[in-house]
Amino acid sequence: MANKILAVLEQREGLLKKSAFETVFVAANLAVKLKLDAEAVVVGSSIENVNEIAKYGIKKIVHLKSDDLKNYSSSAYTDAISEYAKATQADYLLLSNTALGKDLSPRLAVRLNAGILMDCINLSTDSGELIGTRPIYAGKSLVDVKIKSAKKVITIRPNVFKAIPSGNSSNPEIIVNEIASTNLKTKVVEFKKAGGKLDVAEADIIVSGGRGLKGPENFHLIEELADALGAAVGASRAVVDAGWRPHGEQVGQTGKTVSPILYVACGISGAIQHLAGMSSAKYIVAINKDKDAPIFNIADYGIAGDIFEIIPALTQEIKKLKD
Amino acid sequence: MKIAVCVSHVPDTATRVKVGSDGKSIDPSGVTYVINPYDEFAVEEALKTKESVGGDTQVVVLSVGPQQNKETIRKALAMGADSGILLKDDNPRDSMGIAKALADEIKNQGAELVFFGKQSVDYDNSITGQLTSELLGYSCVAVVVSFKLAGNKITAEREIEGGKEVVESELPAIITCQKGLNEPRYASLKGIMAAKKKVIEEKPVAVSEPYTEILKLHLPSPKKAGRIIGTDSSAVPELVKLLREEAKVI
Repeated sequence: MANKILAVLEQREGLLKKSAFETVFVAANLAVKLKLDAEAVVVGSSIENVNEIAKYGIKKIVHLKSDDLKNYSSSAYTDAISEYAKATQADYLLLSNTALGKDLSPRLAVRLNAGILMDCINLSTDSGELIGTRPIYAGKSLVDVKIKSAKKVITIRPNVFKAIPSGNSSNPEIIVNEIASTNLKTKVVEFKKAGGKLDVAEADIIVSGGRGLKGPENFHLIEELADALGAAVGASRAVVDAGWRPHGEQVGQTGKTVSPILYVACGISGAIQHLAGMSSAKYIVAINKDKDAPIFNIADYGIAGDIFEIIPALTQEIKKLKD
Repeated sequence: MKIAVCVSHVPDTATRVKVGSDGKSIDPSGVTYVINPYDEFAVEEALKTKESVGGDTQVVVLSVGPQQNKETIRKALAMGADSGILLKDDNPRDSMGIAKALADEIKNQGAELVFFGKQSVDYDNSITGQLTSELLGYSCVAVVVSFKLAGNKITAEREIEGGKEVVESELPAIITCQKGLNEPRYASLKGIMAAKKKVIEEKPVAVSEPYTEILKLHLPSPKKAGRIIGTDSSAVPELVKLLREEAKVI
């Protein structure tokens, strides 16, 4: 019997997240390269879209089910998944490096006596050994790391590995295992949705504002452009520290490290801490009045001018395009 | 009650990273080391908790690493922590190795409540708090932006994608601290003077077999500067055209 890789999937309110399909796709590919059996596991009360995993390459999913687990509970999830992983003798566990993945994977690693490798942006194999590449110093540097222990827990950065669906339209085998008893010592009792519509950590497009906005009262310009683009609003550390914006929006080394498809930096000069957090964006647009600002060194396209004139014009142009 | 705070000593966030001569770590020359920024929130929360719990509550600062980590322990002492312990190891450890050393000492100290920064800004793993909790069998709430303790009951808010989870848990527990939890106090002159007199105990740590091995440290390929396409709003149609037709992102 081949060794096993378990794709540990995340659901919210009964739906597998986009990052879950990335996890399935990457696990299925690793299974081929390392000659492993791949299966998926998910914890929750009811999950609606499990059938979709088949087209990303995994044909079997185990649903560890309990009506107590509509919400996340680190204690109950750790018990349920580690017990299942032990029972099936899985050597590899793969998760997405989301808030839940970051919370859960180290706990699983201890239970399974596994080495742990977080936030990989590339996974390669060398003579049957897995090597993960991960950013450190918020992306100023990268390290190639291998896990020496037999059991391995790995997380992949969301939005980096694209899940490509195949033509496979058959449904996966779904096995439901009722969880006998749930340890709810640590549990989520409520979710408070943030005011902003989209989170920078998950958005494909981010529009960020910095000190060039001159005051919190001008941030509506950023919000309007973000709305037009269907983007999340981000902010530099300077404006978060000044109290103009909530810290949840901060992009950079002491905020969030992001890899969107498009990053629009408005009135941001590009301090090294900020650049570290966003330079892995696929395309970067900078709008800043100082043509010598460091942000232009990494921007694909720049306009070196007055943001108060340029941002509204850009918002109008995008709206025109979408109408 | 005994409260522990675990701190790490890291390169300042303004550091420009260069690859060291071993090809596996950064070149430390010219690098300024500071207390990990998230650990300042951890120290502050420990001190606030001590003030609200009162009694004979003590805050002990723990750090794993070489002699230089004492600077960071000293910083926490200057903010108001009562004592410090350096778990001395001159060799770099992976997260699991650090967690094992901390777990042993937390047990030894009998600390029921432990604060960590949510991640250290060098290796960015954001797992040491959770690993340590699991090694000890403690509860753990990670990435916390609001913390309340009533008896042995904990109510905390933790940041996740798109909002906050309100989490209930209980002591003994580990809390990892995120920006927004509090405003770390500045060390007063009196605090700094007092910290100089406090003894930082040094303890050896048990050898721990690493679970991971860094093969290579390298720099990301530098992003090419693009072009500045204009200096006012007349460049906007050109920008939109490029985003649509060349980049194909909108």
